[in-house]
Amino acid sequence: MRRRPIFLISVLCFGFAFFYIPILSMIVYSFNGSRLATVWGGFSTKWYVSLFSNKQVGAALFLSLKIALISATMATILGTMAGIALARFRRFKGRLFFSGMVTAPLIMPDVITGISSLMLFILMAEWIGWPSTRGFTTITLAHITFSMVYVTTIVQSRLISAERDIEEAAMDLGSKPWQVLWDITLPVIFPAILSGWLLAFTISLDEVVITSFTTGPGNTTLPLLIWSKVKLGVTPDINALATLIVLVVGIGVVIAGWLMNRAEKQRDRDARLAYRANE
Amino acid sequence: MAAGRHSRLSDWFNRRGWSDIIISAPYIWLLLFFLLPFLIVIAMSVATRTPSAPPFGYGGDNPALNFAGYARFFEDELYLRALVTSIINAFVAMILCLLIGYPMALGLTRMQRNWRNILLMLIILPFWTSFLLRVYAWMGMMGKSSWFNRLLTDLWNMVTPEGWAMSSIPMMHSNFAVVLVMVYTYLPFMILPLYANLERLDPTLDEAAMDLGTRPFGVFWDVTLPQSIPGIIAGGLLVFIPASGELVIPTLVGDAGSPMIGRVISDEFSSSRDWPMASSIAVALLLLMVVPTMIYSHFQTKAEHKPENRP
Repeated sequence: MRRRPIFLISVLCFGFAFFYIPILSMIVYSFNGSRLATVWGGFSTKWYVSLFSNKQVGAALFLSLKIALISATMATILGTMAGIALARFRRFKGRLFFSGMVTAPLIMPDVITGISSLMLFILMAEWIGWPSTRGFTTITLAHITFSMVYVTTIVQSRLISAERDIEEAAMDLGSKPWQVLWDITLPVIFPAILSGWLLAFTISLDEVVITSFTTGPGNTTLPLLIWSKVKLGVTPDINALATLIVLVVGIGVVIAGWLMNRAEKQRDRDARLAYRANE
Repeated sequence: MAAGRHSRLSDWFNRRGWSDIIISAPYIWLLLFFLLPFLIVIAMSVATRTPSAPPFGYGGDNPALNFAGYARFFEDELYLRALVTSIINAFVAMILCLLIGYPMALGLTRMQRNWRNILLMLIILPFWTSFLLRVYAWMGMMGKSSWFNRLLTDLWNMVTPEGWAMSSIPMMHSNFAVVLVMVYTYLPFMILPLYANLERLDPTLDEAAMDLGTRPFGVFWDVTLPQSIPGIIAGGLLVFIPASGELVIPTLVGDAGSPMIGRVISDEFSSSRDWPMASSIAVALLLLMVVPTMIYSHFQTKAEHKPENRP
């Protein structure tokens, strides 16, 4: 038996304390009765009350969810297409250039993506008269563009590692290539497409810099609302909002983890049964 | 006639149309919404600033190609200093992430399977909550009257001599704050690729070295560390690249007196409405980032072509 790695365990403890102490501190202070965000003034839920009575927050959350839903869906369609093109079509004109365009947005700093998209939209309005105003449409277009490449990365790596036996069998049995893609490849990579959609959804929901450049008057997403408040300093109602977000995400992750764990156990059980049946 | 056209259409679709559609839809999208804006930035970087709207022009009274933005970038100390500040902050954050993240990733591989999954989930969890709120959490922690600052101040006053006593530690609005928050927000980017790399290593090599009498630290230095270099490079660049162009963190907790390059670009663009200057800085920053990116993709392709350690 190996010795217990005391050093590694203590760094792990330090790391998790580092991750969670600021979040716990934020949660505790969301119940602070004092207006001063850093001085304890007794337990109170008044910041939650003021949060729920704030109509801006609800409207911003609704806009964010709307943009995230539409942009994640579009990004998943386009990103999956790009992933299939790069993983399955070995040669087509401009393939290298295409793969460069799929990687570049991943490393582009947000500020540069933001100003370049804004300049594009302003010049397009100048040249072809569209988009006439900036807001929902321009934010969604920008979000689709930067989140589709994440979907592509996930789908592409899944396709490269996928077994191709069934696809080849279907081909041998006379299926047309697009039928193979639709009936076999897409169902096989469906989990990757789903996790691509989830990733696109969450990064759209969280994005602030590109959104701040591509938005127009009156279109405030939730991150933009938080950004404008937080720039002015620490305010207690943001603590309450943060607590609610951590709560929702935490519940979501726990449920997802539980489902995944159950699926894994089920697979193990099936594998054992199959093994025993073969004996 | 109609039937003929229909069959020709379906012929085309069956033969190559389906693949043409799959390739061209994302291709055209990226040309329009990624390449075109990028070309606009390059073209804008050699334009001349004018008081019109949009605030730029070529030709006429202005030179057709104006490299004044680039000249100013190298002459005006502000820009180069911002660039150096960005590189130093991102580099220090990367090294700190490595120093904390490596033992954490290695520790994770030594855990039991059930524990490992829970801990991995706990590393990813903050990552799914809002990025802004994670920065904000530290604003609350670092403020002058916060419990964390008071705790650190008391500790400082206990260990240092009389004359050095402070009423509070000035943490906010400094490069220290920027690096600290960067480490906090980017640490998962370091841990996850390192963990993926370390998890694949063959534990029998460690045992062989142990059996041959190598001490634990020797095993780490001679066996584990050399094999984890691809993970270190991947994690390092995943921290360095976004950190060097960061805008949110320096705006919220940074020192306005020594800004980072992302903030300078944003200020030139929005506050000074100097699109050509903002674009020149953007191009310079991108050129600078090409080098680490090429290192990354070099190692990435090498890792992909390497056969797996385990069957």
